[in-house]
Amino acid sequence: MTQAIIAHELVKTYPGEVRALDGLSLSADSGMIFALAGPNGAGKSTTFKILTTLSRPDTGSARVAGIDVLRQPERVRQAIGVVGQKTGATPEATGSENLVMQGEIYGLSGRALRQRVNQLLDRFDLREAADRPTKTFSGGMRRRLDVALGLVHRPQVLFLDEPTTGLDPDARASLWLEIERLAGDGAMTILLTTHYLDEADRLADHLAIVDRGRIVTQGPPETLKRELRGDAIQLELEAAPSDGRVTAALLALPGLSEILADGRIVRARAEHGASAIPGLLGALEREGFAVSSVTLARPSLDDVYLRHTGHLYTKHDERE
Amino acid sequence: MTPLRHTWQVTLRYLRALFRQPAWIGITLVQPMIWLLLFGALFKSIARIPGFHGGSYIEFLTPGLIVMLAISSAGWSGMAYIEDMNLGVMDRFLVSPIWRGALNAGSVTQQIIIIALQSLIVAGLSLTVGGRFPNGVGGVAILIGVATLLGASFASLSNALALVVRQRESLIGAVTSVTLPLTFLSTAFMQQTLVPHWIRVIARFNPVNWAVQAGRSAATQHTDWNLVATRTACLLALLLTSAWLATRSFRAYQRSI
Repeated sequence: MTQAIIAHELVKTYPGEVRALDGLSLSADSGMIFALAGPNGAGKSTTFKILTTLSRPDTGSARVAGIDVLRQPERVRQAIGVVGQKTGATPEATGSENLVMQGEIYGLSGRALRQRVNQLLDRFDLREAADRPTKTFSGGMRRRLDVALGLVHRPQVLFLDEPTTGLDPDARASLWLEIERLAGDGAMTILLTTHYLDEADRLADHLAIVDRGRIVTQGPPETLKRELRGDAIQLELEAAPSDGRVTAALLALPGLSEILADGRIVRARAEHGASAIPGLLGALEREGFAVSSVTLARPSLDDVYLRHTGHLYTKHDERE
Repeated sequence: MTPLRHTWQVTLRYLRALFRQPAWIGITLVQPMIWLLLFGALFKSIARIPGFHGGSYIEFLTPGLIVMLAISSAGWSGMAYIEDMNLGVMDRFLVSPIWRGALNAGSVTQQIIIIALQSLIVAGLSLTVGGRFPNGVGGVAILIGVATLLGASFASLSNALALVVRQRESLIGAVTSVTLPLTFLSTAFMQQTLVPHWIRVIARFNPVNWAVQAGRSAATQHTDWNLVATRTACLLALLLTSAWLATRSFRAYQRSI
């Protein structure tokens, strides 16, 4: 498989500020959805700007669609579609007018352009709004138009900068479906940055978590979660056991760790929680403990994030 | 071909935004009338000052007013750039293969169209209140031509400044502190022989005065074609320099983001 995006040791320092990128490297196979997650100021926007030719790194190199971003930015621009954080559409122009202008910029014209614009209006459910100024659009419609604008020239690589920030849950879900559909046939590589780990979990084939200008961990979301010490199991007993008896009974079982009994609550971790539970229940029953409930929690990306950055992925980080 | 197509698309985008704002159209039409009637009445007696020649004051004022309106409209051109930066449109353009020159040329073309329309309104209005254009349509065309040349330079410089400062407040400060003084350090409203010596010296290097002199000379009797040609050449050189600077300034903008 070829690499659609390669960044090597990117370093960028803004005047009077800390280092925005501190040797960031990444690579995305073609046809995949690659997500960059991390809090604001972590460096994902800077990476986005460098890969889309908007900004230049102090040192390091990058290739997008096989083209050197620093040496041939003009060729890269023709090969990529970019949907920025802000809308980018002209508010006074209609949906169609925005799309037509975008097409003209990329060298489309005449009938081919009209066809493409109609196709995109249908595909993104903007048909009725086609002749309305975009300033009258709802947030979800505007975002769909933004994505349509990025796709006019059928790019090989699509960049989405926080595509669902500020959208209501409905609009968010429908945009997720749209992004999945775009990546569906594997013809296009998508790099998206996001604040939301659930978004990365849902969409990404490959997730890279950025913190302080570096990638702290990366891989398929499933793999990242599996690398954690395992699922969290929580049991509730009908009666509080006498000290140490539960722990002793469970220590004998293979694959359990971090066993902690606290009153009627017993907590433990297991590599594969679901398959550990029958043995666990059996062992407790043999010792005469009645179990009233069991909960099993898969590790979330929040756990992954916490483990690799040392701080919680909180709402606090989501400020603009 | 591509640069022209890109320029036209950018022009179209700006014109659309303007012509879909009825308030803007109203203000653009009314403003020239206010200035012409106000200045025409305020400075009417200047024509009676000994040493003033050149017919009625309206006739003298019209070219000066056309030039003043040209720069006061074009000077704000950069505001649209700042708006585009805030909207995200500027970044969308800069990651596209659009010719960078078209972003300035399109904005300047829009200004040229506005200036031409405004100038025609002023010229027409001037005729109705007693102004005359002895050189006919040709003279008026040259007058509007030099006004748009100067306006195009101001628009380019305003765009360049917008890309560097990126803040509305800074641009407003710069534009207001440049356009009015330059207008009054010229012969827009007062005959050259009647202004103090030091203003006359400064006016010689003031592009606003180049446009006023060339435009007035072309529009009125006893045209000094040599003066028209040299001033037009200077304005053309200024425009090329400013347009180059405006296109270059995208680099400064991209370095800062």
